[in-house]
Amino acid sequence: MIKVERLTKRYGPTLAVKDITFEVEKGEIVGFLGPNGAGKTTTMRILTGFLPPTSGTASVAGHDVLEEPLEVKKHIGYLPESPPVYPEMPVEGYLDFVGRLKGIPSGEVNQRVDSVVEGCALGDVRQKLIGQLSKGYRQRVGLAQALIHDPAVLIFDEPTAGLDPKQIAEVRQLIHDLSGDHTIILSTHILSEVQSIASRIIIINDGKLEASDTPQNLMARMRGHESLLIEIDGPPEDVEERLLAVEGVNGVSRKNGHAGRTSWSVETSKDAVIRSDLARVVVESGWGLYEIRPIGMSLEDIFLKLTASEDAAEAAAQDEPVAEAGADSPDETEEPTASEAAALPQEEPPEEQEESSKQEGAAAS
Amino acid sequence: MRNVWTIASRELRSYFASPIAYILLAMFSLIFGYFFFSAVAIFVDFASRGQMGMQMPPMNVDQFIIQPTLGNFSIILLFLSPMITMRLFAEEKRSGTIELLLTSPVRDFEIIFGKWLAAVLLFACMLAISMLNLAVIFLLSTPDWRALLVGYLGLLLMGGTFLAIGAFISTLTKNQIVAGALTFGAFLLLWVLDWVNAYSTSTVGKVCQYIAIAPHFEQFSKGVIELKDTVYYLSAIGLGLFLSKRSLESLRWRA
Ligand SMILES: Nc1ncnc2c1ncn2[C@@H]1O[C@H](COP(=O)(O)OP(=O)(O)O)[C@@H](O)[C@H]1O
Ligand SMILES: [Mg+2]
Repeated sequence: MIKVERLTKRYGPTLAVKDITFEVEKGEIVGFLGPNGAGKTTTMRILTGFLPPTSGTASVAGHDVLEEPLEVKKHIGYLPESPPVYPEMPVEGYLDFVGRLKGIPSGEVNQRVDSVVEGCALGDVRQKLIGQLSKGYRQRVGLAQALIHDPAVLIFDEPTAGLDPKQIAEVRQLIHDLSGDHTIILSTHILSEVQSIASRIIIINDGKLEASDTPQNLMARMRGHESLLIEIDGPPEDVEERLLAVEGVNGVSRKNGHAGRTSWSVETSKDAVIRSDLARVVVESGWGLYEIRPIGMSLEDIFLKLTASEDAAEAAAQDEPVAEAGADSPDETEEPTASEAAALPQEEPPEEQEESSKQEGAAAS
Repeated sequence: MRNVWTIASRELRSYFASPIAYILLAMFSLIFGYFFFSAVAIFVDFASRGQMGMQMPPMNVDQFIIQPTLGNFSIILLFLSPMITMRLFAEEKRSGTIELLLTSPVRDFEIIFGKWLAAVLLFACMLAISMLNLAVIFLLSTPDWRALLVGYLGLLLMGGTFLAIGAFISTLTKNQIVAGALTFGAFLLLWVLDWVNAYSTSTVGKVCQYIAIAPHFEQFSKGVIELKDTVYYLSAIGLGLFLSKRSLESLRWRA
């Protein structure tokens, strides 16, 4: 349904999106996860035809965003970071306008407006001016606007940003109800936001695609890096020693404490079962156990873990050829073309690679 | 065409949903009414002197009331048209609704033409008010209605030109006050081009006079459709809309 290939976007000197490639199948709900400034909005704006890519291609429902922008736009419902509403218009008039703008035949507009007003629970405010609505309602008007022409693809940019918990739950439920018939991409900088509703999570950081996997697999990849917070009243030295002795505990560090209690952050490589082990140790030592809970990982932690493991893998993969190229260099200097190659640095890497692969081939034979 | 009307009608509703349209129409009625009735007063004054036996040139309402009143329209446009156009694109850019327009299945040109059309229709409301004033003369006299019609055609073309330039300037900024000030400055410049070079016979002077907007209306106000003036206005409108389209495109490349 959505195909993005080697997408790059440059704003003057800043490279906002770097060589991103991914695909989204029909019916998938994809969570776009990344901190502020990661390039989520930029990628979505390219998909919706609002911005052209600097290089690379993007297509939606088989239409290229640059070559057939009108076709692409017909298939997309888009909720930008802030809902694109006119405060001086009533909800109904606004939805009618958007419906016509999206090309719904005049005879069907009313019916579509009724349908999205009901779907987004806007019945109470139907005649009100959008400028008078609360943020939660305005966000729902934004969602209704994206749904009005019943598009196959929905793109929501941080749909829950700035809402209170009750409103967040409502919006999340709404998006959940839309799954199935629609292909959805939604962005967020909060992991828990997409963990439950997304069928796949694409993590981008600093314009680069860091990971693309199901939430379950991502969780599994991060297992072995779980932390627990535990609050105890007991002598700190003993506590540290005994907690470290529990099987599966990799590290213990003391956090701040109050009222005679101390808080500890416990790094574990085991699943939740370790909690009962820890609890038993504490109780058997005769200390009071006030709290024990997993600490949710921050997005930064996740990036660090994911990129650290990937970097390590990459480095391991690159280690060998690099070493060989280094070993080859004395041979190369004897070749007459070597000085020319050095003068043209952009041509150097391919030659070197060729050389080293030849050498490898020779060594293998 | 349907998309153009969708955009134009929303824009018009927005004009009338805020006080801006009413303020503009009220200000227009006041200023135009003043111009009109002072022209009438002068006419009546001259006419009564003629009756008192003084030597007066032959006079008629076309030359003494309609022509000067319509001729003064360009001054009104100079001040009021920036207020019509300043919000057109600047406000959409500020509030982010431009993102809705540019991600909907409509062409850039339809967006620009629709917005310009809304501005022209608001201006047409002003023309309608001015017609109510002029209707008074028809009760008292028999002016040349065909010349008057040509005059109004000229007004529509001149107004369209002002509004197309204003629409373009509104695409350049997110701030409608800045857009309004820039537009007024641009119109003032075009105005100055005219009167500084009014009696100049040099090539530069002629070119400046040709560029100025208001002088091209003179023949229209006399009831004469000149091809060169019509071509001037139509191409100026075309240029304004074309530049707006370019600016909207470049907004995409820059944004
Ligand atoms: N219009 C713009 N002009 C220049 N730089 C921009 C513009 N929009 C975004 N950027 C830059 O591009 C990067 C990615 O931004 P964005 O796509 O908005 O990230 P996100 O939505 O993930 O927070 C940021 O470094 C941001 O500063
Ligand atoms: Mg963003």
